[in-house]
Amino acid sequence: MSDDRVARLLLTQEIALFLYAEAEMLDERRHDEWLALLADDIRYWMPMRRNVKYGDTTREFTRETEDVSWFDEGKDTLTRRVRQIQTGIHWAEEPQSRITHMVSNVQLLEATPDANAPREVLIKSRFLIYRNRVETETDLLVGKREDTLRRDGDGWLIARRKIILDQNVLMTKNLTFFF
Amino acid sequence: MPINGTRGYHSGLVDLASGMISREIFVNEEIYAQEQERVFARSWLFVGHESQIPNPGDFFASRMGEESVILCRDRAGAVHVFLNSCRHRGMKVCRYDDGNTTVFTCPYHGWSYGTDGRLAGVPYFREAYHSELDRSKLGLVEVAQLCCYKGMVWANWDASAPPFLEHLGGFQRFLDLILDGWDGREGQAELLGGVQKWIIPCNWKFPAENFSGDTYHNISHRSVDLVGAGPSGRSRRDYGELNVARKLHVSIPDRGHQTITYVLPKDHQPQAAYQSSPEVAEYFRHCEEERRKRPGENSRMIGAPGEIFPNVALLPRQPRTLAVWHPINAHQTEVWRFFFVDRDAPRQVKNFLRDYYIRYSGPAGMTEQDDMENWNYAHTASRGTIARRYPYTYEMGMGHGVEDYEFEGLRVPGRVFDLTKAQASEEPMRNLYKRWAQFMEADSWDELMTWRHEARAKAAE
Repeated sequence: MSDDRVARLLLTQEIALFLYAEAEMLDERRHDEWLALLADDIRYWMPMRRNVKYGDTTREFTRETEDVSWFDEGKDTLTRRVRQIQTGIHWAEEPQSRITHMVSNVQLLEATPDANAPREVLIKSRFLIYRNRVETETDLLVGKREDTLRRDGDGWLIARRKIILDQNVLMTKNLTFFF
Repeated sequence: MPINGTRGYHSGLVDLASGMISREIFVNEEIYAQEQERVFARSWLFVGHESQIPNPGDFFASRMGEESVILCRDRAGAVHVFLNSCRHRGMKVCRYDDGNTTVFTCPYHGWSYGTDGRLAGVPYFREAYHSELDRSKLGLVEVAQLCCYKGMVWANWDASAPPFLEHLGGFQRFLDLILDGWDGREGQAELLGGVQKWIIPCNWKFPAENFSGDTYHNISHRSVDLVGAGPSGRSRRDYGELNVARKLHVSIPDRGHQTITYVLPKDHQPQAAYQSSPEVAEYFRHCEEERRKRPGENSRMIGAPGEIFPNVALLPRQPRTLAVWHPINAHQTEVWRFFFVDRDAPRQVKNFLRDYYIRYSGPAGMTEQDDMENWNYAHTASRGTIARRYPYTYEMGMGHGVEDYEFEGLRVPGRVFDLTKAQASEEPMRNLYKRWAQFMEADSWDELMTWRHEARAKAAE
């Protein structure tokens, strides 16, 4: 294999391990560690999805920073969400949910400037989130994520996350957890 | 015979003399089925906003209670609301959330309807129907009444219902608080793109009652108050001016509409708000000044959560949203939440408000999340045979309301509770359920228009 292909393979594997480690933090409720993975200027966006006519792809999603979305925020609000859970009186997460993040289909879309010494990468993955809370309340959320990761020392920071959930009417009563 | 809310089976479940209301009205599936017929098929329901359908052929798929409906503007520019169901075999003729079209074509057998609802095309009309089908009688089913009020579209399936504004009664000025601009100009509200739709596992009356003016559930929101989600980064809202205002519960008797509202003193000066953004703070300071220059009592009123009977909730101020509680069955509700801004506000102000709205409201809303948890498990824990034997109590503040409330020259309609000291009352909920019981009992709208009976009785004297 050429050097470039090896570099991309290694980079893809490194990123997959990063995403698994991130999922581990969320599932183990290590939310402060998770916040430390977020760049200070992170954009965290989850549009809503409309049923539209074939080919009308631009109107399928609500627009970032224009329309109403499920999430469209930065680190300040994400931090407040974590702090709210940590009050112990956020009733929608008290008692806390049991959550598993499955992450798969990790694809490296872009490495800047290149895969040998990347400062930034654009990646795509699939998620399947299982949530079970109180007694029998159960949610299953499936979709795609598009992340921009930024090199930070030996590790990575999440600089942008776009979350595409495959639902129209949200079939979950709340979104008290992270994607 | 006047309806007094104390006769018959349903009134027995809603016992206003003792302030007790049976859990059956929330969890009983037979009552739910009757409710669809007696409440939702006869009530004025919110369908959408004209700004969603600005051009001929524009449509927005909406709901009226359990039913799917199409709000659309026909080629001549007229607004219609149709049942979204083909007259032949019932298939939905529109399964897009919104868009523009010249025709709604049923994907099952191909019947097609114009945007005015007329049945335009029937495959094999000559051959299979022998040209004998009366197409003029088979247009899309249209609502009996429709009212566009300051951009909002309301509709009613019942031709005998009173006009929308008569149904609103004294509540019109509270609805205006969400539809008029913050500077007081009429009908300046603009809908942000995107309607939040989600399902909550409880009867629709839990949120309806909460938004009627539950000022008693502070503990629900203590966590968000601690971490802060408000426009100035603290608490849930900016409370500065509310501290000098009279805090009131207003209930419009025999209409079933009720709200929290704040009335400012006559000589009140604007207070600091929206402090985390200088530009946004300046916009609201300017609007406040303009508002005070305008004649009319609404310049001293500040909107707060309220409910228009049966299933529309208003939050005219912080955040400025409207929610519709669509029943799915006795145990599930589909919420549709719409968000408003001033049409002429700078982009930066709209962005700031949108950020605030979605961190406050909806499934990701740090405030609303905790409400839904409570409604969910209050409903669940009320379904058992034993639980159903014990009615909920709505006794708070019984007999302490006043009519003809006035504060420094401003008269407030309906029955008013001054909450400035009392903090809470359950008069709004009693008003909601009294109206609900009247709907469940009454066989006709003539019986339900109690205000007309009084006028008639006076005329007879």
